[in-house]
Amino acid sequence: MHHKSLSELSLSLHNGEFSSVELTQHYLDRIKTYNGKLNAYITVSEDSALAQAQAADLQLQKNTAGKLTGIPLAHKDIFCTQGILTSCGSKMLDNFISPYNATVVEKINAAGMVTLGKTNMDEFAMGSSNETSFYGAVKNPWDNNRVPGGSSGGSAATIAARLAPIATGTDTGGSIRQPASLCNLTGLKPTYGRISRYGMIAFASSLDQAGPIANSAEDAALLLNEMAGFDERDSTSVDRDVPDYTATLNDSLAGLKIGLPTEFFDEGLDPNIAATIETAIKAYESLGATIKEITLPNTGLAVPTYYVVAPAECSSNLSRMDGVRFGHRCDDPKDLLDLYQRSRGEGFGEEVKRRIMIGTYALSAGYYDAYYLKAQQCRRLISDDFQQAFKDIDVIMGPTAPTTAFKLGDKTDDPVAMYLADIYTISTNLAGLPGMSIPAGFVDGLPVGLQLIGNYFDEAKLLNIAHRYQQMTDWHQQMPAAYK
Amino acid sequence: MSLDKTDVEKIALLACLAIDDADIPDYARDLTNIFNLVEQLNNVDTSNISPMAHPLDAHQRLRPDVITETNQREIFQSIAPKTEEGVYLVPQVIE
Repeated sequence: MHHKSLSELSLSLHNGEFSSVELTQHYLDRIKTYNGKLNAYITVSEDSALAQAQAADLQLQKNTAGKLTGIPLAHKDIFCTQGILTSCGSKMLDNFISPYNATVVEKINAAGMVTLGKTNMDEFAMGSSNETSFYGAVKNPWDNNRVPGGSSGGSAATIAARLAPIATGTDTGGSIRQPASLCNLTGLKPTYGRISRYGMIAFASSLDQAGPIANSAEDAALLLNEMAGFDERDSTSVDRDVPDYTATLNDSLAGLKIGLPTEFFDEGLDPNIAATIETAIKAYESLGATIKEITLPNTGLAVPTYYVVAPAECSSNLSRMDGVRFGHRCDDPKDLLDLYQRSRGEGFGEEVKRRIMIGTYALSAGYYDAYYLKAQQCRRLISDDFQQAFKDIDVIMGPTAPTTAFKLGDKTDDPVAMYLADIYTISTNLAGLPGMSIPAGFVDGLPVGLQLIGNYFDEAKLLNIAHRYQQMTDWHQQMPAAYK
Repeated sequence: MSLDKTDVEKIALLACLAIDDADIPDYARDLTNIFNLVEQLNNVDTSNISPMAHPLDAHQRLRPDVITETNQREIFQSIAPKTEEGVYLVPQVIE
């Protein structure tokens, strides 16, 4: 069952080949077998999953089921799920049973899908290796001594090891695309505002965006159909029609103009990854695409700009974690300030504290213009580079990450080295553009991701471009031997 | 730039974060390294560049002034660390 695509699972469920309860139980059994080694799930919601599966089976019997009814999935533990622990990978929320559902969760429930559980993640989505989680590091199914990437590392490991057919993730600086790259998956970060942020615990509100982590572009398109759409409860949600993302998957790529930014192929890129990416791009030429070298001259500003904007927004967003209304509270506070300081000091891990402090300093009196305003101006320059490039081309391609999966512990002592793991993905978030990572081959047995960046609301085009490549290659079907 | 112990203590106070004295040197080193990375931005001429607050330059939506949310105090307070008679309890603030 776990080798099937979403469409194949849907067909089997509708044909009565197996029930949603049987399918759900199959995944719950796989989780029991493998999760101990991977630490991919924080919470497995077995009882509610089986109840949802029973309800789905009734719908299937009554012929009222939709395309995804009865198909299980896993949610990143950043999405609020009513009645289920929503920890965001933090001790601060280790006791937070959410009283409401995120809009994404509501929509996916309404589609009849079954929530298997909540996946591990870097604490409050701050990390690129899934090592900052209060619940411990996640292991990469391709090599258990290596990281799965982050911050959606639990979702990525879950899908790579087939402990769910598909998962949700979120991407603030690369947190869907980089783990997808490191775990041989298809991950999509849509245009900012395409998917509601309501009930998705905020890290950096002007950058955060949810998306699917899947085994193929077709699967990702099916889940995006359910996730996308306007939501009045998210003030930055975009009121724009949602197309059927599966309708254009097979469109021809003849005449497609691909831009390759010279800055994405600089000396920081592992030469073996560069060669893998070049091979993938040649495949696109055989599909009728033309290649053009482009330049995004302000790419080098992306990481420093991000490390002002994201921490500034996080220091503001995380001020709500104060030990008063929910979450961790310290023992015996002597006064209100002590309550705040110790609840936060005990509840947050090192990386979260570091980023809150960067943001607090950057926003403190006298420094706002020097840091936040300056960074917002640089952000404009980065965004303008993309718009200039899209005058001549349809899609930008390059590597997703500068290296393959690195060893656990390799970068934990050097935050700046860790931040550079997102060097090719961050600029997309700053500009608010949609980006994808798709499997493009292997270097020394470890997966390499090809990144696709489109113009605003080009999700359907990106999925089409990814799908056509996946029809002529089988990289996305490769899976780690220990989890077959 | 270089941040010292006093700077880190001041930032931690502003951020309402209790941190261990023993960790201060590490925070000072890491924050200094991060701000040195950020200072690259000072080499960029941004005069006449308007800051970008939102990727799509969206405007705040307005809606009719009608009540749409219902009171769910009991549900929300069921997960609070300490409540009494419908209010959240914190240490005494006013003597």
